[in-house]
Amino acid sequence: MTDWLAEYMPHWAAVLVAAGVAAGVLVSFVGLAAFLYIWGERKVSGRIQDRLGPTRVGPFGLLQSLADGIKLITKEDTAPDGADKFLFRIAPYLAFVASFAAFVAIPFGAGLVAQPVSTGVFFVLAVLSTEVFGVMLAGYASGSKWSLFGGVREAAQVVSYEVPRSLCVLVPVCVLGTLDLTKMGQQQAGGFWNWIAFHDPFNFAAFVLFFVTATAGCKRAPFDLAEAESELVAGFHTEYSGFRWSVFFLAEYASMFAVSGLAVLMFLGGWHTGFLPFEPTEQFGFWGGSALNAAVFVGKCSLLVVVMMWLRWSLPRLRIDQVMMTCLKYFLPISCGLLVGVGVWQLYLHPLIGLYTKYVLGFGTLLFGLGVFASLFTPKGVAPRRELEGVWAKV
Amino acid sequence: MNLTVVLFAVLAAVTAASAVGVAASRSVVRAAVWLLFTLIGVSGLYFLLGAEFLGAAQLIVYVGGTMVLMVFGVMITNQGPFAVLRTKPVEWAVGGVLAGGLFVLLATASLNLVSSGKTTDDPLPGISPIGLSFLGVEDGGRSYLLPFEVVSVHLLVVLVAAAYLARAKRRVSQVASGKEQGTNKEDTRQEQGVTP
Repeated sequence: MTDWLAEYMPHWAAVLVAAGVAAGVLVSFVGLAAFLYIWGERKVSGRIQDRLGPTRVGPFGLLQSLADGIKLITKEDTAPDGADKFLFRIAPYLAFVASFAAFVAIPFGAGLVAQPVSTGVFFVLAVLSTEVFGVMLAGYASGSKWSLFGGVREAAQVVSYEVPRSLCVLVPVCVLGTLDLTKMGQQQAGGFWNWIAFHDPFNFAAFVLFFVTATAGCKRAPFDLAEAESELVAGFHTEYSGFRWSVFFLAEYASMFAVSGLAVLMFLGGWHTGFLPFEPTEQFGFWGGSALNAAVFVGKCSLLVVVMMWLRWSLPRLRIDQVMMTCLKYFLPISCGLLVGVGVWQLYLHPLIGLYTKYVLGFGTLLFGLGVFASLFTPKGVAPRRELEGVWAKV
Repeated sequence: MNLTVVLFAVLAAVTAASAVGVAASRSVVRAAVWLLFTLIGVSGLYFLLGAEFLGAAQLIVYVGGTMVLMVFGVMITNQGPFAVLRTKPVEWAVGGVLAGGLFVLLATASLNLVSSGKTTDDPLPGISPIGLSFLGVEDGGRSYLLPFEVVSVHLLVVLVAAAYLARAKRRVSQVASGKEQGTNKEDTRQEQGVTP
């Protein structure tokens, strides 16, 4: 894009315009994604709790986030008297900037990346690891003990979960041999059995473990100890109101999408559909193919985000000691074992066994997914007399 | 005056201004936030130079690790609401002299580098040649893997030892010598570091 713009204007202006366009597209994407995910979260939680969720604003309540946004912007932006005002004010923006900067290196398709970074995985992990700073600062600067507890918990939890998360990232890196996210996606072209998650049992386990640790890293339930409302009022954002409060949630949904994108690129074939026998960019031209690629990538990421929501509304919150114990006593040794295991697998295994494993894992997962999907259509029981229909309703 | 120079000037100004903020602010956590901006500015300079790995490593080690632990420590240990440092005039003088000396040293070193013409515009090789030469794949099979591993295992031993020294002391001695508990209660308390 810079080269194309450089024909019309000086090079420095072309670089600035290209950077501005990329940043603008990413900001709008993050905003829109958060808009829809917040609606989705409320719908998912509603359905899981046998309610309808938002229905009033717009079709299916789709504009609920807009109504929420208007409400939040018009709310008074207060800061408590005992707070460190400067830190209190910048904390939400620190959190958001960190999770937004990760999008710079995430490719949405072959060549669809704001700035190709040769060590993309490492860059994204590094940038996402700075998000915790905003949350901690919010907890500290609020001048409230509930916020302080939330911030301390967040720091302990996120710093601990970074270790198994990074070790899980190394497992596919051992197979792919690159840290470049675009190259990672390109290597998983072809059938879905070529996806790294199905490459061997260790990568399959690493995918699950990465997803769990990434959920914890985004402070999502069941790991949302930083805002445990049953214990800490609202944790680190107790004292926040209005726009700044919503920026925290923008950051949370952005980082959920970012870690899902990382998981999709490393384990789930990136922007490849997994069944098309050709490359979309070669068949439909660059823009058509890239649109398909980006749609597939965003679709896969959204699927993972929906799974995170599903987990949030299904599982009870862990205690803080359970959270730390799960990380340090179980996830850390397991991820070390996976790293050793994938090394042995890559070095000493007969290629034929590797091929069969791919097919077994790939098609097994597909069949399992289809089975779960089919189970949605089995007839449900009938509601008892004089009861509302609810979960017993026939579909 | 091209874009790189302008970007360098902006990043360097942000880095330097935040560094002054670190020295000038009294609140520990505010100083930490200024230091955060300094470190982000330095990693921005690395990115500007094309050293992506170094920039990301700067972020993950200092911002995601060290700074978080520092603020975490302040949050855990602080008695009042906000920790404040009072700098004595002597400390200002010593710190100022040290900083000035370091600045002169670095400035002369970098100016010498410019005048000796050692600056090159070679495209940076990235991280993979370094990794391969660690493994001895390139560079005629001369491997640096063993010294690297020795250093890393040494670091691990140091970390385990630090965790061992810093762990909460159990009341093993009291259970073992239950009779003496009444007589030298103060001594055992002092040993265990428990403040009454």
